[in-house]
Amino acid sequence: MTKIVKTTANMLFPFTMIFGLYIIAHGHLTPGGGFQGGAIVASGCALLLVAYGSSWVFDRIKDKRLVAFESIGAIGFITIAFLGLVFSAVFFGNFLAGSGTLFGTIPATGSTLSDFNTGGVLPLMNFVVGVKVIAGLFVIVLIMAYASSIKEWSR
Amino acid sequence: MEKRTVAAILVFTIVAVFFLFSIFLLHPFGKPGQVQMDDYIITHTQNETGANNGVTSVVFDYRGFDTLGEATILFSAVAGVMLIFRRVRH
Repeated sequence: MTKIVKTTANMLFPFTMIFGLYIIAHGHLTPGGGFQGGAIVASGCALLLVAYGSSWVFDRIKDKRLVAFESIGAIGFITIAFLGLVFSAVFFGNFLAGSGTLFGTIPATGSTLSDFNTGGVLPLMNFVVGVKVIAGLFVIVLIMAYASSIKEWSR
Repeated sequence: MEKRTVAAILVFTIVAVFFLFSIFLLHPFGKPGQVQMDDYIITHTQNETGANNGVTSVVFDYRGFDTLGEATILFSAVAGVMLIFRRVRH
Protein backbone atom coordinates (compact mmCIF):
# COMPACT_ATOMS: atom_id res chain seq x y z
CA MET A 1 0.00 0.00 0.00
CA THR A 2 0.98 3.63 -0.26
CA LYS A 3 2.86 5.62 2.35
CA ILE A 4 -0.35 7.39 3.45
CA VAL A 5 -2.01 4.11 4.38
CA LYS A 6 1.12 2.87 6.16
CA THR A 7 1.46 6.09 8.18
CA THR A 8 -2.20 6.02 9.15
CA ALA A 9 -1.93 2.38 10.19
CA ASN A 10 1.20 3.18 12.22
CA MET A 11 -0.65 5.92 14.06
CA LEU A 12 -3.85 3.95 14.64
CA PHE A 13 -2.32 0.61 15.61
CA PRO A 14 -1.19 1.46 19.21
CA PHE A 15 -4.49 3.12 20.06
CA THR A 16 -6.41 0.11 18.74
CA MET A 17 -4.23 -2.19 20.85
CA ILE A 18 -4.72 -0.06 23.98
CA PHE A 19 -8.49 0.14 23.46
CA GLY A 20 -8.88 -3.60 22.88
CA LEU A 21 -6.73 -4.55 25.88
CA TYR A 22 -8.68 -2.05 28.00
CA ILE A 23 -11.95 -3.69 26.94
CA ILE A 24 -10.53 -7.11 27.88
CA ALA A 25 -9.08 -5.99 31.22
CA HIS A 26 -12.20 -4.11 32.31
CA GLY A 27 -14.62 -6.78 31.09
CA HIS A 28 -16.21 -7.19 34.52
CA LEU A 29 -16.75 -3.44 34.98
CA THR A 30 -17.61 -1.82 31.65
CA PRO A 31 -19.47 -3.08 28.57
CA GLY A 32 -17.50 -5.59 26.59
CA GLY A 33 -15.41 -8.54 27.56
CA GLY A 34 -12.99 -11.09 26.22
CA PHE A 35 -14.72 -11.73 22.90
CA GLN A 36 -15.32 -8.09 22.04
CA GLY A 37 -11.88 -6.85 23.07
CA GLY A 38 -10.23 -9.73 21.27
CA ALA A 39 -12.14 -8.86 18.11
CA ILE A 40 -10.92 -5.23 18.42
CA VAL A 41 -7.28 -6.31 18.81
CA ALA A 42 -7.59 -8.78 15.93
CA SER A 43 -9.03 -6.07 13.69
CA GLY A 44 -6.07 -3.86 14.62
CA CYS A 45 -3.79 -6.65 13.45
CA ALA A 46 -5.87 -6.93 10.28
CA LEU A 47 -5.16 -3.20 9.77
CA LEU A 48 -1.43 -4.03 9.69
CA LEU A 49 -2.25 -6.84 7.27
CA VAL A 50 -4.00 -4.42 4.92
CA ALA A 51 -1.30 -1.75 5.13
CA TYR A 52 1.85 -3.88 4.91
CA GLY A 53 0.69 -6.91 2.97
CA SER A 54 0.24 -10.46 4.15
CA SER A 55 3.70 -11.77 3.25
CA TRP A 56 5.33 -9.00 5.35
CA VAL A 57 3.30 -10.04 8.38
CA PHE A 58 3.67 -13.74 7.60
CA ASP A 59 7.46 -13.44 7.69
CA ARG A 60 7.38 -11.89 11.16
CA ILE A 61 4.67 -13.87 12.94
CA LYS A 62 4.59 -17.64 12.84
CA ASP A 63 1.08 -19.01 12.51
CA LYS A 64 1.98 -22.05 14.61
CA ARG A 65 2.67 -19.78 17.59
CA LEU A 66 -0.70 -18.11 17.17
CA VAL A 67 -2.37 -21.52 17.09
CA ALA A 68 -0.44 -22.43 20.26
CA PHE A 69 -1.77 -19.27 21.95
CA GLU A 70 -5.28 -20.21 20.86
CA SER A 71 -4.90 -23.64 22.42
CA ILE A 72 -3.42 -22.11 25.60
CA GLY A 73 -6.49 -19.88 25.89
CA ALA A 74 -8.88 -22.81 25.46
CA ILE A 75 -6.98 -24.95 27.99
CA GLY A 76 -6.90 -22.08 30.49
CA PHE A 77 -10.65 -21.52 30.13
CA ILE A 78 -11.46 -25.20 30.78
CA THR A 79 -8.92 -25.27 33.63
CA ILE A 80 -10.64 -22.36 35.39
CA ALA A 81 -13.99 -24.09 34.86
CA PHE A 82 -12.69 -27.30 36.46
CA LEU A 83 -11.13 -25.31 39.32
CA GLY A 84 -14.66 -24.11 40.01
CA LEU A 85 -15.71 -27.77 40.08
CA VAL A 86 -12.94 -28.53 42.57
CA PHE A 87 -13.27 -25.57 44.94
CA SER A 88 -16.99 -24.78 44.87
CA ALA A 89 -18.46 -28.12 43.73
CA VAL A 90 -20.09 -26.52 40.65
CA PHE A 91 -18.74 -26.57 37.10
CA PHE A 92 -17.93 -22.92 36.21
CA GLY A 93 -18.41 -22.04 39.89
CA ASN A 94 -17.15 -18.62 40.90
CA PHE A 95 -14.85 -19.74 43.72
CA LEU A 96 -12.91 -16.48 43.99
CA ALA A 97 -15.90 -14.15 44.51
CA GLY A 98 -16.15 -13.00 48.11
CA SER A 99 -13.03 -14.84 49.19
CA GLY A 100 -11.20 -11.60 49.99
CA THR A 101 -8.09 -12.61 48.05
CA LEU A 102 -7.44 -12.09 44.33
CA PHE A 103 -10.40 -10.28 42.70
CA GLY A 104 -12.39 -11.21 45.80
CA THR A 105 -14.03 -7.95 46.90
CA ILE A 106 -17.82 -7.74 46.80
CA PRO A 107 -19.08 -4.28 45.73
CA ALA A 108 -22.10 -2.60 47.29
CA THR A 109 -25.39 -3.30 45.55
CA GLY A 110 -26.58 -0.61 43.19
CA SER A 111 -24.59 1.84 41.11
CA THR A 112 -21.15 2.07 42.65
CA LEU A 113 -17.71 3.25 41.72
CA SER A 114 -15.83 0.60 39.77
CA ASP A 115 -13.36 -1.36 41.86
CA PHE A 116 -10.98 -3.38 39.73
CA ASN A 117 -10.41 -5.98 42.45
CA THR A 118 -13.87 -7.52 42.08
CA GLY A 119 -15.49 -10.19 39.99
CA GLY A 120 -13.98 -13.46 41.19
CA VAL A 121 -12.94 -15.61 38.23
CA LEU A 122 -14.53 -13.29 35.67
CA PRO A 123 -11.36 -11.20 34.97
CA LEU A 124 -9.30 -14.38 34.60
CA MET A 125 -11.84 -15.86 32.19
CA ASN A 126 -11.94 -12.58 30.26
CA PHE A 127 -8.15 -12.72 29.99
CA VAL A 128 -7.92 -16.29 28.70
CA VAL A 129 -10.85 -15.83 26.32
CA GLY A 130 -9.24 -12.59 25.10
CA VAL A 131 -5.95 -14.37 24.34
CA LYS A 132 -7.91 -17.12 22.60
CA VAL A 133 -9.98 -14.75 20.45
CA ILE A 134 -7.00 -12.54 19.52
CA ALA A 135 -4.94 -15.52 18.36
CA GLY A 136 -7.86 -17.31 16.72
CA LEU A 137 -9.27 -14.43 14.68
CA PHE A 138 -5.81 -13.16 13.71
CA VAL A 139 -4.60 -16.55 12.51
CA ILE A 140 -7.79 -17.01 10.44
CA VAL A 141 -7.37 -13.60 8.78
CA LEU A 142 -3.62 -14.05 8.31
CA ILE A 143 -3.78 -17.52 6.76
CA MET A 144 -6.64 -16.65 4.42
CA ALA A 145 -5.00 -13.39 3.30
CA TYR A 146 -1.69 -15.13 2.67
CA ALA A 147 -3.34 -17.99 0.79
CA SER A 148 -5.20 -15.59 -1.48
CA SER A 149 -2.07 -13.54 -2.20
CA ILE A 150 0.22 -16.28 -3.49
CA LYS A 151 0.08 -16.95 -7.20
CA GLU A 152 0.61 -20.67 -7.37
CA TRP A 153 0.21 -23.29 -4.72
CA SER A 154 3.26 -25.42 -4.05
CA ARG A 155 2.71 -29.11 -4.56
CA MET B 1 -48.93 -14.51 -16.51
CA GLU B 2 -46.42 -17.25 -16.36
CA LYS B 3 -46.59 -19.97 -13.79
CA ARG B 4 -43.36 -18.86 -12.19
CA THR B 5 -44.61 -15.33 -11.61
CA VAL B 6 -47.82 -16.60 -10.03
CA ALA B 7 -45.89 -18.94 -7.78
CA ALA B 8 -43.50 -16.14 -6.78
CA ILE B 9 -46.34 -13.76 -5.92
CA LEU B 10 -48.08 -16.49 -3.93
CA VAL B 11 -44.96 -17.36 -1.92
CA PHE B 12 -44.19 -13.69 -1.32
CA THR B 13 -47.73 -13.06 -0.05
CA ILE B 14 -47.62 -16.05 2.31
CA VAL B 15 -44.25 -15.03 3.74
CA ALA B 16 -45.34 -11.39 4.10
CA VAL B 17 -48.55 -12.39 5.94
CA PHE B 18 -46.53 -14.71 8.17
CA PHE B 19 -44.10 -11.93 9.13
CA LEU B 20 -46.94 -9.43 9.64
CA PHE B 21 -48.70 -11.81 12.04
CA SER B 22 -45.47 -12.42 13.93
CA ILE B 23 -44.94 -8.66 14.24
CA PHE B 24 -48.37 -8.25 15.84
CA LEU B 25 -47.76 -11.23 18.15
CA LEU B 26 -44.55 -9.75 19.58
CA HIS B 27 -44.34 -8.61 23.16
CA PRO B 28 -44.79 -4.88 23.58
CA PHE B 29 -41.47 -3.09 23.91
CA GLY B 30 -40.07 -3.16 27.43
CA LYS B 31 -42.63 -5.67 28.75
CA PRO B 32 -41.17 -9.19 28.70
CA GLY B 33 -43.42 -12.08 29.62
CA GLN B 34 -41.42 -13.91 32.26
CA VAL B 35 -39.41 -11.56 34.48
CA GLN B 36 -38.47 -13.78 37.45
CA MET B 37 -35.02 -14.72 36.18
CA ASP B 38 -34.28 -11.17 34.98
CA ASP B 39 -35.17 -9.75 38.39
CA TYR B 40 -33.09 -12.39 40.17
CA ILE B 41 -30.01 -11.68 38.06
CA ILE B 42 -30.40 -7.89 38.30
CA THR B 43 -30.74 -7.93 42.09
CA HIS B 44 -28.23 -10.67 42.93
CA THR B 45 -25.44 -10.36 40.38
CA GLN B 46 -23.34 -7.91 42.41
CA ASN B 47 -23.65 -9.97 45.58
CA GLU B 48 -23.03 -13.35 44.02
CA THR B 49 -20.39 -12.70 41.38
CA GLY B 50 -18.98 -9.39 42.59
CA ALA B 51 -19.00 -7.93 39.09
CA ASN B 52 -20.59 -4.62 38.21
CA ASN B 53 -21.17 -5.70 34.63
CA GLY B 54 -24.23 -7.94 34.65
CA VAL B 55 -23.83 -9.10 31.08
CA THR B 56 -20.32 -10.46 31.67
CA SER B 57 -21.46 -12.16 34.87
CA VAL B 58 -24.22 -13.90 32.90
CA VAL B 59 -21.92 -14.86 30.04
CA PHE B 60 -19.03 -16.19 32.14
CA ASP B 61 -20.73 -17.26 35.38
CA TYR B 62 -24.45 -18.03 35.18
CA ARG B 63 -24.28 -19.31 31.61
CA GLY B 64 -20.65 -20.36 31.44
CA PHE B 65 -21.49 -23.57 29.62
CA ASP B 66 -22.76 -21.57 26.62
CA THR B 67 -19.47 -19.69 26.51
CA LEU B 68 -17.64 -23.02 26.50
CA GLY B 69 -19.60 -23.95 23.38
CA GLU B 70 -18.79 -20.59 21.81
CA ALA B 71 -15.10 -21.12 22.49
CA THR B 72 -15.37 -24.59 20.96
CA ILE B 73 -16.88 -23.08 17.81
CA LEU B 74 -13.95 -20.66 17.47
CA PHE B 75 -11.48 -23.49 18.12
CA SER B 76 -13.03 -25.70 15.45
CA ALA B 77 -13.09 -22.76 12.99
CA VAL B 78 -9.36 -22.23 13.48
CA ALA B 79 -8.75 -25.98 13.18
CA GLY B 80 -10.71 -26.07 9.92
CA VAL B 81 -8.84 -23.11 8.43
CA MET B 82 -5.48 -24.59 9.38
CA LEU B 83 -6.56 -27.92 7.89
CA ILE B 84 -7.72 -26.45 4.57
CA PHE B 85 -4.76 -24.11 4.09
CA ARG B 86 -2.08 -26.42 5.47
CA ARG B 87 -0.15 -26.44 2.19
CA VAL B 88 0.42 -22.69 2.42
CA ARG B 89 3.94 -22.87 3.83
CA HIS B 90 7.20 -21.62 2.50
